[in-house]
Amino acid sequence: MRHVISLLIENESGALSRVSGLFSARGYNIESLTVAPTEDASMSRMTIVTSGSDDIIEQITKQLNKLVEVVKVVDISEAAHIERELMLIKVRATGKDREEVKRTADIFRARIIDVTDASYVVELTGNQAKLDAFVDALDPALILETVRSGVCGIGRGDRVLKL
Amino acid sequence: MVLTGAEIVIRCLQEEKVEYVFGYPGGAVLYLYDALFQQEDVRHVLVRHEQAAVHAADGFARSTDKVGVAMVTSGPGATNAVTGIATAYCDSIPLVIISGQVPTAAIGQDAFQEVDTVGITRPCVKHNFLVRDVRDIAATIKKAFYLARTGRPGPVLVDIPKDITIAKCEFEYPKEISLRSYNPVVRGHQGQIKKAVQLLLEAKRPMIYTGGGVVLSDAAEQLTKLTRLLGYPVTNTLMGLGGYPASDRQYLGMPGMHGTYEANMSMHYCDVLLAVGARFDDRVIGNPAHFAEEPRKIIHVDIDPSSISKRVKVDVPIVGDVKDVLDEMIRQLESGAARPNGEHLSAWWKQIEEWRSRDCMAYKNSDEIIKPQFVVQKLWEVTGGNAIVTSDVGQHQMWAAQYYRFDQPRRWLNSGGLGTMGVGMPYAMGAQLAHPDAQVACITGEASIQMNIQELSTCKQFRLPIKICNLNNRYLGMVRQWQQIFHGGRYSESYMDSLPDFAKLAEAYGHVGIRVDRPADVEDAIREAFVKHKNELVFLDFQVDQTENVYPMVQGGKGLTEMILSAEDL
Ligand SMILES: Cc1cc2nc3c(=O)[nH]c(=O)nc-3n(C[C@H](O)[C@H](O)[C@H](O)COP(=O)(O)OP(=O)(O)OC[C@H]3O[C@@H](n4cnc5c(N)ncnc54)[C@H](O)[C@@H]3O)c2cc1C
Ligand SMILES: Cc1ncc(C[n+]2csc(CCOP(=O)(O)OP(=O)(O)O)c2C)c(N)n1
Ligand SMILES: [Mg+2]
Repeated sequence: MRHVISLLIENESGALSRVSGLFSARGYNIESLTVAPTEDASMSRMTIVTSGSDDIIEQITKQLNKLVEVVKVVDISEAAHIERELMLIKVRATGKDREEVKRTADIFRARIIDVTDASYVVELTGNQAKLDAFVDALDPALILETVRSGVCGIGRGDRVLKL
Repeated sequence: MVLTGAEIVIRCLQEEKVEYVFGYPGGAVLYLYDALFQQEDVRHVLVRHEQAAVHAADGFARSTDKVGVAMVTSGPGATNAVTGIATAYCDSIPLVIISGQVPTAAIGQDAFQEVDTVGITRPCVKHNFLVRDVRDIAATIKKAFYLARTGRPGPVLVDIPKDITIAKCEFEYPKEISLRSYNPVVRGHQGQIKKAVQLLLEAKRPMIYTGGGVVLSDAAEQLTKLTRLLGYPVTNTLMGLGGYPASDRQYLGMPGMHGTYEANMSMHYCDVLLAVGARFDDRVIGNPAHFAEEPRKIIHVDIDPSSISKRVKVDVPIVGDVKDVLDEMIRQLESGAARPNGEHLSAWWKQIEEWRSRDCMAYKNSDEIIKPQFVVQKLWEVTGGNAIVTSDVGQHQMWAAQYYRFDQPRRWLNSGGLGTMGVGMPYAMGAQLAHPDAQVACITGEASIQMNIQELSTCKQFRLPIKICNLNNRYLGMVRQWQQIFHGGRYSESYMDSLPDFAKLAEAYGHVGIRVDRPADVEDAIREAFVKHKNELVFLDFQVDQTENVYPMVQGGKGLTEMILSAEDL
């Protein structure tokens, strides 16, 4: 089962390697990991997408909690939550493809943020499925480069992950 | 008061009331050693190899309730220390290791004796720090001691670049420390404890299984009281020996791979298992699937939530400190009227006594050749069961655990989790320094002792009168045993050739060496060591039966009830 784990961690050098080291040492899998400081610069917020049986997910959250620099851990996928990922994709845009790519981008509410006479850079945010669908909708031959941020997640409604 | 970083480090150690630092100097720690030199409160023990420094600090900690402290230089000093650190980590022993590092500006430049010590040790410490500013030293060391000794204990490393030890700042040692990201639970959940007590009272076939957590929490008294109050059988893991007096009737011996028949059968067939500060290690429960086949309710008390439901599913988890939780259990039991059902209990004990009557620890003694078990028994007799016993890793370790009966905690020091050959003598050094008047014996093998044999020199310098009992079988005995049973008797590289004359070797270091060949001389030799040479280190080199095996034995992957009881079962 896929799980989205959010955590607050002290913004110390080396903190990230403690988390990634834990996953590799114990053989847990990481689909994606994103991290950046929060409004309180002394803390970072991390979103980890992982998968495993219930037992493994339980161990993952316990082991994360055990890291001295980890302040709080929540499996946000246990309840209603929102996930977003950012993608920047550079596509070849010449001739009739120029119009076609533009149309597809519009359908997905993506934005073209860089234009040359031969290419576009398209920016798209959404959940993973939407980003995948956009990539699928493009002619693979047109794709020059893609970069995705990995998933950021947040609980819906009253649920707040805060100190 | 304005001090240098080096002076601050030493002042912090004084504030923590550190009696001994085990270490080895080098370029990156020269200022620290200079500061050590100019004071008298913290004494330094110069070992002959950094691995032994960490083991000795570890032995000091195991035999007391204090944090052990080691100091090493950058690069090879730090890498030599890694085995010691990992050994302490695997058994949850509180240590603070101070390592020198190249100057801040040189970090990342492939400088002389530079290694990423924080990176190398990260997976085998509870936590580690790289100090980047002299003003952070005091708070960091305060945190290091706090982290090492609280919650589930463990080693904490503080890496200090050389320039930071020269820089100066105002010194003040923080009185209190709190970390928003670290708040171990000490008090067990009342409701859960109540549920546990209820379950224990309803049990028909109860069993108490305890481990290193009882020793680490200094809760032997509570465990003994609770066990006696209930009248239930109890077993202590290799790490928990001495948590409950081994000479008591309610004690069934050690569980697991080389545990007793009665302990393993009771673990397997009980209907309620109270696990206290023990982590269901694979050497204890054997095959988890086989263990899970028999239905039973499990109560698990542990300070580390990640130990609970890791290898077996637990019905009543209780996160908290052993001492606190057992105190509360005792309080609830004593204030309530309910008592265990006597009828069920005596039927259960009848069954257990039947298992016990198999006498699985019996071995065939001999007049011709020294049996290793016999040496341990004699050691127990001569020392009145009061010695602090350390061991290395191998068959001798198991015989020590099986035949030296520990009635008190912190008397048995060994490497259970990592199984590190070479800990025996350094553990004995740490224990003897912590308890100058205690009888300290190191039960070892001719292979293990050679892994840190250089420490005979340290023992001479610090006049440590430890008694080394070498069960010399001229084999990597534990390896040979497995090769005999699982590899068709092909003894690949398990023969110890070209052994030194250990008695002479000990003499060369200025100690007493005694070689013992005949069973009839065993007791006298031990007496001679402990009485005549009370104040000297004595190396007793017992030539023991080369082919003796450790029984009972549960093979890896097998269930607890599928035991080999003796050579006849092979
Ligand atoms: C050659 C060899 C053979 C072995 N054979 C056996 C064998 O036959 N039988 C056997 O038992 N072992 C054997 N071992 C040892 C085995 O590998 C494990 O090290 C050992 O079983 C673990 O003991 P433990 O479960 O008590 O856990 P420990 O490693 O001692 O862990 C202690 C547990 O208590 C918890 N804890 C710590 N402090 C507290 C506190 N204050 N309050 C609450 N909880 C706390 C910790 O979180 C941890 O979960 C062998 C080792 C070797 C090298
Ligand atoms: C550092 C290290 N290397 C290898 C091993 C694997 N090992 C476990 S027991 C053992 C043999 C120990 O021989 P000895 O010290 O003579 O003890 P004996 O089993 O003969 O009593 C070995 C090699 C280990 N535990 N530790
Ligand atoms: Mg041997």
